[in-house]
Amino acid sequence: MTFLSFSKPADRPLLIALLTTLVILMVGTAYTLTTQGTAPLLTPSYLLQQLQIGSFLGICAAGMMMVVLLGHIDLSVPWTMTAAAMMATSVGGPWAIPAGLSVGLAVGLLNGFGVSFLRIPSMIFTLGVDSVLRGLMVAHTGGFAPQTKASPLMRYLAADTFLGIPVAIFVWAFVSIVIAAILTKTGFGKSIYAVGVKEGAAYLSGIRTRRVIIGSFVASALCASTAGVLLAGYSAKAYQDMGTPYLLPAIAAVVLGGTHILGGRGRYLGTLIGATLIVFLNSVLSIMQMPESYRQIIYGVVIITMLLVYGRGKQN
Amino acid sequence: MIGKLKATVLRNRGFTGALVLFAVLFITYQSIHPRGFSTAVLVQNSNEVVALAFVAIAQTIPVLIGGLDLSVGAVMTLTNTIASHVVTGTPMQMLLGAVLTLGAGTMFGLMNGLIVVYGRIQPIIATLATGAIAIGLALILRPSPGGDIDGDLNWAATNAVFDFAETYGFADNGNAAWIQPFVNIPVPLIILLVVALGVWLPFKRTVTCRTIYAIGSAEGAAHLSGLPIARAKIAAFTLAGFFAACGGLYLAIQTSSGNADLTQAGTYTLNSIASVVLGGTSLMGGTGGPIGSMIGAFILRIISFFFRILSIDPLLQPLIEGLVLLVAVSLGALRTFRVKNKLGLFR
Repeated sequence: MTFLSFSKPADRPLLIALLTTLVILMVGTAYTLTTQGTAPLLTPSYLLQQLQIGSFLGICAAGMMMVVLLGHIDLSVPWTMTAAAMMATSVGGPWAIPAGLSVGLAVGLLNGFGVSFLRIPSMIFTLGVDSVLRGLMVAHTGGFAPQTKASPLMRYLAADTFLGIPVAIFVWAFVSIVIAAILTKTGFGKSIYAVGVKEGAAYLSGIRTRRVIIGSFVASALCASTAGVLLAGYSAKAYQDMGTPYLLPAIAAVVLGGTHILGGRGRYLGTLIGATLIVFLNSVLSIMQMPESYRQIIYGVVIITMLLVYGRGKQN
Repeated sequence: MIGKLKATVLRNRGFTGALVLFAVLFITYQSIHPRGFSTAVLVQNSNEVVALAFVAIAQTIPVLIGGLDLSVGAVMTLTNTIASHVVTGTPMQMLLGAVLTLGAGTMFGLMNGLIVVYGRIQPIIATLATGAIAIGLALILRPSPGGDIDGDLNWAATNAVFDFAETYGFADNGNAAWIQPFVNIPVPLIILLVVALGVWLPFKRTVTCRTIYAIGSAEGAAHLSGLPIARAKIAAFTLAGFFAACGGLYLAIQTSSGNADLTQAGTYTLNSIASVVLGGTSLMGGTGGPIGSMIGAFILRIISFFFRILSIDPLLQPLIEGLVLLVAVSLGALRTFRVKNKLGLFR
């Protein structure tokens, strides 16, 4: 089980993130014990419910990680999610999910093309794609919440349970296994790390770096559209701006999980832990009925503190 | 003389391109506007551009070192809420309030710089987190939009020089002969240019500023040359905080209020990055400058002005804005056609 080992020094962030998650749960439990005398945070049903809501973030973070490992970033996640959700609900029926995913495929190919062939910094190109998608959706819906409904299959995948466990968690687990397998078992995965460390060197070693970049952006957009389709299923409809609250937490989850923002280093397990940490931080803060202002401050302080604790960047 | 000019233009291709694009857009806009080239239109346009221009200038300096400041929009929002509390009362109190506002933004920028340099956290992720903190503080200061900024100050700072003089009763209420050549210039434009050039031009001559450019070109080489890397990085983020605070202060005076608007902060940050790129500064760092970003901000705003006078379906506006942004940044791809060695692509 190399997937679950923490032996290398590079895995220190993972351990710290895991411990922080536990500390967050303990603080939350201590709070509910003192104020209400109960510990709802530790009941399986509550944990599962939180993970079900967190699965949308987890899937976004999984895709984001593929791009961050290259040293790039995907800022088109919000409207890829929204566009996928809107297309899925307006197509409806059995073709709803394929319609949503094909939005992701198209966006990923476009992002990958811009970054790999046109050599435009991903930060600005994906930002442009995001605003184009927003424009397309505003033109499509008239700027209002579309009057369309999620298909029964979308409802089942996002909001139903199987053997007492929410189906959304199975979807998250499936995406996780696929991404982890790609990163550790395939040549494509190794190439992603190689390109992330030094693209020029990877190119000289015979890696087709352009294909690797396009592949990663497609993976990211597919994950974002999956999350969008699921979120539409969960809320039974698509709505404007539904993806916006997921962008920054997804980046934060990837970075808190020990993936280096400049690329080349990081394990999928870390992203999984990072996403869980943010999900539980959110749920503890909502149990404490923390106002939005303090939430934002705590959020920022937690990210800074954890990154300060992680070995920090090397001095050059 | 011509040769020198040609060399300067070629060296600043991005900046020149932005300037030409701006001139074309501006002249076209004013020509088809029914009341084009009038003071009223110019005043209105400059009012809408100042805050973004300041935030774009703020963004440029961290970009020059090859970093990125995702907190500029949030710092602008934070200083906007601070200003809505303190810029009030007697003229002296208002002046103190303005200084306090700018100081707060500068301090926030300094904190960013210290975290990046001594915490050794990547700028993009450090400022993502401090941006959240700034928004949180802004929400505490202004849970709901409001504030009370002096009406005279609002009127004087958002109109032409004539109204400024009339409000404060100098130069014969704006009728003196010596002020006549200037009466139609919008005050916001003067504020923007005086602050931007007044801070940037002297700073540009310092070693710290040259170090900022050197870090962006090759940090290792700059380090080995004995340049003050830490000082330059801290200065870059501190200046970013200062300029973002200028944006926040102006926004407060312009709207007479403070508003802790999360979406607005995000939009300003993203637009500032777009302005920087449009203004010819490379996101890799090392080339470009804040004056270009200012022009970039002008371009970004003038595109939306066009929607008002051309009868374009409002539903299509976001799409057109997005496409223009995407096409404009794709012009950067022209670089790839000049690269002779394929390895040159991987810089």
